[in-house]
Amino acid sequence: MLAQQIVNAISLGAVYGLFALGFTLVFGVLNVVNLAHGAIFMLGAYAALQGVLLLRLPLSLAVLVAMLVAGLCGWCLDKFIFAPLRTRQAPHLAPMIATIGLAIVLNSAIQGLFGAENLRFPFDVMPAQVLSGGGIQITWLEIRIIFLAVALMAVLLWGLHKTSVGRALRAVAESVKAAALVGVDVEGVFRGTSVIASMLGGVAGVLIALYSNAVFPNMGQPMLHKGIAVVILGGMGDIRGALLGGLFLGFAEVFSVAYIGSTTRDAVAFGLLFTILLLRPQGLFGRAAQRRA
Amino acid sequence: MEWLESFWATYSTLMLSVGTNILLALSIYLTLSCGLLTVANAAFMGLGAYAAALLSLNSGLPFYLNLLAGSSLSALVAWLIGGPTLRLSGVYLAMATLAFGEVMRILILNSERVTGGALGLNGIPQSAAWYDIAAAVGFTLAILLRLAGSRIGRTMTAISQDEIATELMGLNVRTYKLLAFVGGAALAGLAGGLNAHFTFFISPNEFGFERGVEILAMGVLGGTGSPWGAVIGGLLITLLPELLRGLGHYRPLINGLVLIVIILYSPKGLWHLLSYSRRSAPEAVSD
Repeated sequence: MLAQQIVNAISLGAVYGLFALGFTLVFGVLNVVNLAHGAIFMLGAYAALQGVLLLRLPLSLAVLVAMLVAGLCGWCLDKFIFAPLRTRQAPHLAPMIATIGLAIVLNSAIQGLFGAENLRFPFDVMPAQVLSGGGIQITWLEIRIIFLAVALMAVLLWGLHKTSVGRALRAVAESVKAAALVGVDVEGVFRGTSVIASMLGGVAGVLIALYSNAVFPNMGQPMLHKGIAVVILGGMGDIRGALLGGLFLGFAEVFSVAYIGSTTRDAVAFGLLFTILLLRPQGLFGRAAQRRA
Repeated sequence: MEWLESFWATYSTLMLSVGTNILLALSIYLTLSCGLLTVANAAFMGLGAYAAALLSLNSGLPFYLNLLAGSSLSALVAWLIGGPTLRLSGVYLAMATLAFGEVMRILILNSERVTGGALGLNGIPQSAAWYDIAAAVGFTLAILLRLAGSRIGRTMTAISQDEIATELMGLNVRTYKLLAFVGGAALAGLAGGLNAHFTFFISPNEFGFERGVEILAMGVLGGTGSPWGAVIGGLLITLLPELLRGLGHYRPLINGLVLIVIILYSPKGLWHLLSYSRRSAPEAVSD
């Protein structure tokens, strides 16, 4: 029973981490609370579903389609919303309010195109084999979810620390002015961050859609709340914090449902959050560094 | 005056919502003008709404007293959590108040015996007449406009522009912040109480994250430089979906696009745009 819960918590937590990673990247680099991240997550799920249904793609290629569509959306988000606001030197709340508008646009567009009802992936594309041993049952699907989430995070961490693009990105996150002075293409980094973050959000959307086999227009909303929770747990703008925070929330949710009861689940998560913020505003895993705010 | 009667019959609920939304926008204006980014206004609205509605349903007390009680409860809770919470700043404060709001919503949702849980409270007497709401909006607006030019208002603007400098001037920053936070909560509680007494039904999900963000959008779209900005924001967010009614199910799509376009072309709020030619309005929210 316990081992089984741990497996469930890890697969859920890995996806939360993936989602929160995109959210925290945009905050760390562009200094924007992106309230459209949940809508982009939903867009990814719909893109993969249409890839499977219309183009008859296998699941792995459908994930690529989701990444492409979500990435394109991230590109547009920066090109048409964040970049103009940057050149106009808008107050820092303006981009956040604009992302609310974008979330409304995406939600209603998807609802207009595909309806409000709950859609599902056809059963024949879902890997259904179950591995069991030692009292644990793990589906092939869960293994692939964990594998993909962990692989993407690993690639991202590697890229951030070992490539010149990653170094540029971290430099911009540290100080936009200083990065520009040493010749970093700051605008390019902003655009790229928005694209990468949206891709991660889109993939997280596909994975959650597969995990619960449900795709619906408002699926991003609860996820956005959870993403915010994870990012606070891990510290705003903190990459490793987002991963650990995701796992933490996965464990907190699975275990409070299993051992306390499902009605108190969200209250426990957010009550914990409120307390953490008051005691450790830099996040559970954050260093006591300077606050960005 | 026949057209007025039929107009009122059709649009009275909308007009009353405009009133309560302006109150909510003014409540977030008060905190934003002090540089505080809080998203708990929806929760304080809910608190006020539930307190006032429960009193109306279960006690024989007069309506105005119930309203006052709801508003005071919100203010009291804000005062209690204000001490530790207002040490945070910027986005951290927003997140803490967001988490507080979610905890409140879930608490209301789960104390079913008192609040009716997810089913909400039904059959609240429709005691709020249009003149109650008009008086509340007018009175609040008058106070806030008077406040904006006063010593208190100028101190709040100073805090929003540079907290450390203000403190160095010998002003008690924490007291002013708490004043803005508690005042905003009292206004939100009042708006909630009024709202509950004309919609005659409330449920916990009306006071969640979406509502909080909507209130914030009113404040920012209207502009945080003047209470009039909040009035414009409240009007816009409430009336825009109605004006777009002819567009059928593309309505929310266009609604979202309009919000984006407004932010793109007037990032400091519509009031700033309108008042720009006359004077350079003080800018309340800045980094």
